[in-house]
Amino acid sequence: MAHSSHLLAQLLDLFAAGLLLLSFAMLSERRTQRLVTLFAWQGAVLFASTLLVAYSAALREVYYSAALTLVLKVIVLPWILLRLIRRLGAEWDSELLVNIPVTMLLGLGLVIFAFGLAQPISTLATTITRNTLGIALAVILLAFLMMITRRKAITQVVGFLAMENGLFFAATSATYGMPMVIELGIALDVLVGMLILGVFFFQIREQFDSLDLQHMETLKED
Amino acid sequence: MKLAHSMVDFILVRPEGCLYCILLLLLSWLVLGVGGLVRPHRTGYIAHLLFPLGAVVSLGVALVAATALVRGPLPQTLTLPLGLPDLPFHLRLDPLSAFFLLLLGLAGVGISIFAAGYFRSGAGTAPGLLCLQYHVFLASMASVILADDAYFFMVAWETMALSSYFLVTSQHRIPEIRRAGFLYLLMAHLGAICILLCFGVLQGGSWQFTFDAMRRSTLTPTWATAAFLLALCGFGAKAGLVPLHVWLPEAHPAAPSPVSAVMSGLMLKTAVYGMLRVNFDLLHVGLWWWGMLTLAMGLFTAMFGAIFAATQTDMKRLLAYSSIENIGLIFTGIGLAVLFQTGNLHLFAALALTAALVHALNHAFFKSLLFLATGSVLHATKQRSLGKLGGLIRRMPWVAGLALIGTLAIAGLPPLNGFVSEWLLLQSFLFTPQIPHAFINMLVPLGAAALALTAALAAYVMVKFYGVIFLGQHREASLVQAHDANWLERLGLAWLALGCIVLGLVPEFALRAAGKVTNTLLGQSVAPSRAWWIAPVSWQQASYSGLWLLAGIVVVVGITFVLVRSLVHGWMRRTPAWDCGYRWQTFRMQDTAEGFGQPIRHMFEPFFRTERDLPAPSDSAPRYRVQIEDRIWRAFYLPVARGVQRVAETIGGLQGGRLAVYLLYSFLTLVSLLIYVLWV
Amino acid sequence: MTSHLHQTGEVLLALTAAPLAAPLFTGWIAQCRAWMQNRSAPPLMQPYRMLRKLFQKEVALATDASPLFRVTPYVLFGTMVLAAAIIPSVATGLPFAQVADAIALIGLFATARMFMALAAMDVGTAFGTLGARREMMVGFLAEPALLMVLFNTFLLSGSTALPRLVETYRAHPSLIEPSLLFAAVAFLMVLLAENARIPIDNPATHLELTMIHEAMLLEYSARHLALMEWAASLKLFNYACIGFALFLPWGIATRTTSNGLGLVIAVAALAGKLIVAGAVLAVIETLSAKLRIFRAPEFLATAFILAVLGLLVHLLLGGQA
Repeated sequence: MAHSSHLLAQLLDLFAAGLLLLSFAMLSERRTQRLVTLFAWQGAVLFASTLLVAYSAALREVYYSAALTLVLKVIVLPWILLRLIRRLGAEWDSELLVNIPVTMLLGLGLVIFAFGLAQPISTLATTITRNTLGIALAVILLAFLMMITRRKAITQVVGFLAMENGLFFAATSATYGMPMVIELGIALDVLVGMLILGVFFFQIREQFDSLDLQHMETLKED
Repeated sequence: MKLAHSMVDFILVRPEGCLYCILLLLLSWLVLGVGGLVRPHRTGYIAHLLFPLGAVVSLGVALVAATALVRGPLPQTLTLPLGLPDLPFHLRLDPLSAFFLLLLGLAGVGISIFAAGYFRSGAGTAPGLLCLQYHVFLASMASVILADDAYFFMVAWETMALSSYFLVTSQHRIPEIRRAGFLYLLMAHLGAICILLCFGVLQGGSWQFTFDAMRRSTLTPTWATAAFLLALCGFGAKAGLVPLHVWLPEAHPAAPSPVSAVMSGLMLKTAVYGMLRVNFDLLHVGLWWWGMLTLAMGLFTAMFGAIFAATQTDMKRLLAYSSIENIGLIFTGIGLAVLFQTGNLHLFAALALTAALVHALNHAFFKSLLFLATGSVLHATKQRSLGKLGGLIRRMPWVAGLALIGTLAIAGLPPLNGFVSEWLLLQSFLFTPQIPHAFINMLVPLGAAALALTAALAAYVMVKFYGVIFLGQHREASLVQAHDANWLERLGLAWLALGCIVLGLVPEFALRAAGKVTNTLLGQSVAPSRAWWIAPVSWQQASYSGLWLLAGIVVVVGITFVLVRSLVHGWMRRTPAWDCGYRWQTFRMQDTAEGFGQPIRHMFEPFFRTERDLPAPSDSAPRYRVQIEDRIWRAFYLPVARGVQRVAETIGGLQGGRLAVYLLYSFLTLVSLLIYVLWV
Repeated sequence: MTSHLHQTGEVLLALTAAPLAAPLFTGWIAQCRAWMQNRSAPPLMQPYRMLRKLFQKEVALATDASPLFRVTPYVLFGTMVLAAAIIPSVATGLPFAQVADAIALIGLFATARMFMALAAMDVGTAFGTLGARREMMVGFLAEPALLMVLFNTFLLSGSTALPRLVETYRAHPSLIEPSLLFAAVAFLMVLLAENARIPIDNPATHLELTMIHEAMLLEYSARHLALMEWAASLKLFNYACIGFALFLPWGIATRTTSNGLGLVIAVAALAGKLIVAGAVLAVIETLSAKLRIFRAPEFLATAFILAVLGLLVHLLLGGQA
């Protein structure tokens, strides 16, 4: 039993590291289609780790949570996003605000910050995944950084969704998941948000003939 | 024979024997200097008698210091009745000063021999005067290292600054050189003010300015921090830490080459000595963030120096920026040592400090070698700009061969000495995750990456330096007449090259000498090993042997050569170079210095301020010009200078020029004093 | 007497085994590439034939070449052979093992690179100096990444000496260690950059303006060129062996298993690993395109970030081995 729990802990660490790696990959990816694929992979890793937590803690709600993650984040949302991208023709991102090596160095700084922050908190948690709280925090911050340094609206949406991924992972690692009601509520919010944002994108494109957010700057008063 | 025997007995038996000996040697330097004044223009007598004698004295200093380190009872102290009535000169010889005297002596031998062959009569200062300034410079540096009280230290420091100023402005008829000398003097004095204030803080209320009193005084953390910061500013200004480095790239090229070698190889090390003395000896409490600050400044200075060196087009400026980079590395080691010490990891602190000390010793050798080589090149070709040199390996084989050793050493390649100190520094970085501090143990390992980047960039810079000067084709027709160095210059270069090789193949001696120093300062030293095989922490952790590496390479090369020549024929013929079908290949098609630095300029753009003159298509005489400037100069120094000027002008308003106003000032002062007396 | 003979025999074997095996590795990679690109493959022994052909030719030396130019091929070959004798490719108890640790090995490679760059600048043609400049640029960007990879392995084993690393891993096998995974990917990227493989450089290109490594060989001919090519394939072999020692040390004969059977197993394991590695390299080369020269810093920055991430993950997750 001890050996298997050690193995489980190692697997969870591996998944957490994979999550971090995917966040970094998303930070430096230029093509939006590949970005959505990476986001789908992030959802898959999240699903696998939630499944593992459910198995080790033997809680039924977490199984449901994992199933919800699989349906929503690996199948539905990426499909919606890919369809949006094809209809809007937004395959490439324009030049990033900051170039890639500098973005990566900033991301590294954020990771160090998140890790340093999480060390005292993780000693209070009692779950098998308490070491991974720092990684969850880092994923959230990296998604935020991605939202800041991009120009196309689609990538900002993907960043927002990745942030939600990080929050979910944080909840799983600290407290074995959130109550089911909250979980369903968040899922519904995300879905509705996606639909509304999709409508907005068409509006933006009609107004400015492009999804480049720089054009939105002309909306300010002069 | 009996005299030598009794002298050796004197040194070894008497408790202050070593110190008396060194004092005598310093006096002989001064005598030699004055001797130069007797016939200032008789080059033969100065070059062939005085400078070689100075080299002998240098060797004597090194030998006595080595004896003191190995055998002599340390520390030894002495009080000279010179100086002011209540402030006599105190001298002290302990392992730290003995190490730096060893450095001074050994490198000084090579430089003095070279200078014997270098100084000739010409425009500028007479050789006799140069002899005086040079020997006073050396003697004052030794005095700085020996000083044991603040007064003597400052006197020696000032003498060092003044004598080096006169040496830098040897060719005072050229305005740029005068400007460079002025900037140098200004920065030297700003640093000296900081050091003076630091000593003022260190005496901690006892109003005794001897170092012994400072060792005994205890300071509150605030005052200790103030002293540390003042020392960092003061000694950093002399050493060339960013942002106080602006004088270095101006003064080193302006000075004659032996003087540049002394300044780069020896004078910067006195600043390192001062920092070590204040931080580890006089201030016995340390805070962790001092170590972080020194480490960060050191790493930034190293990267800054390397990046700027890659874009220079003047060979001596390139070497000056390279000196800035190496000083950054030394301060990185010092910062690591402080950081480890405050975390109670004394073995690793000793490792980091050993790395810093060994790097200081190595730098004295290879930097002096390179500066002296540029002196020979300058003499032979009268060109300083990299755009007008090239292909000198065929005309000056001796200088090229010895400079190759210096280049390989400074790039940090095994089996020479530069690699040993960089290896030690990297090894000490490997232990930083053990520092008991949450964020620090994650941030500092990244410094290892910056260190590796700097080291590799140094290799890049040195390929540019050596390749553009000595390899390739001549970039000017007049280079065909370049002649090789004379025998004295060759001897000086060979001595320094030999030092590089020996320190690289048998590094244990340097490690043991540094171990004595770390024992005194930190209470621990790295593990002793065999002479040609070092394992500073333990044999399981890591080991390195330069000698066996060289032996292996030589054996393989030898066997390969013999096999290839015996199994295959040795036919060879000379042909023109491969020109890819283009028949009109000229020397102008090889890379220039700017071209070689272009990738660095492209990648590190935010560091530079570039001014470009691009030719237009309609220009009849098109010209391309690129000028690269230090951003710190415009962003920091010029505004400060303007501010100072404005303040000075406001105060200058007091000087009205009218006599009545001046009389009014004295009258007002008198009246106010009388009022003060009346009311109190 | 016999022990001295034994030792000399060991030394000679250590020095000659790798140079004889390295061109085979290069030949295997060329075969895999040909298969993936649907061409008919050159025979496995082709690199040996090319070396033999080159050795028999007459050297055509540029009129302006200095002794440095002529010495460099020998120095390069010597450093690579010595490095091969230091890396624990089949056994950890090699005679040269304690002469250099991993950092000194990197320094040895740096010496080789610097000599090659200096020799390229020696003749003073446009392409040689261009190649020298680019090679030094790739080199200085790859070193921090390589050092961070070593940092990772150092944290897990407490030593930078490669034999000791191998022995520690064999004693405490860890099933899945995330930091090692990151470090392995970073090492692979550095391997591609330092050995002038796609996506940094195309080893089969004929366009001088796109060359990095090949540009430095333009001036060499006959036996000098043979030695340089041999040294390049030895460098790839060495890097692969370092990768195996750091990340896949199973099969290497340690002190307890260095008898005859252990050595045979070690050689077989090494051959198997090399076959797989060659195939993987060929796949990577076929699937990637060569990057523009100023995208190379991004590539190496990614490798560096990966290695640092591995380090941070290890420090955060408490160093579970």
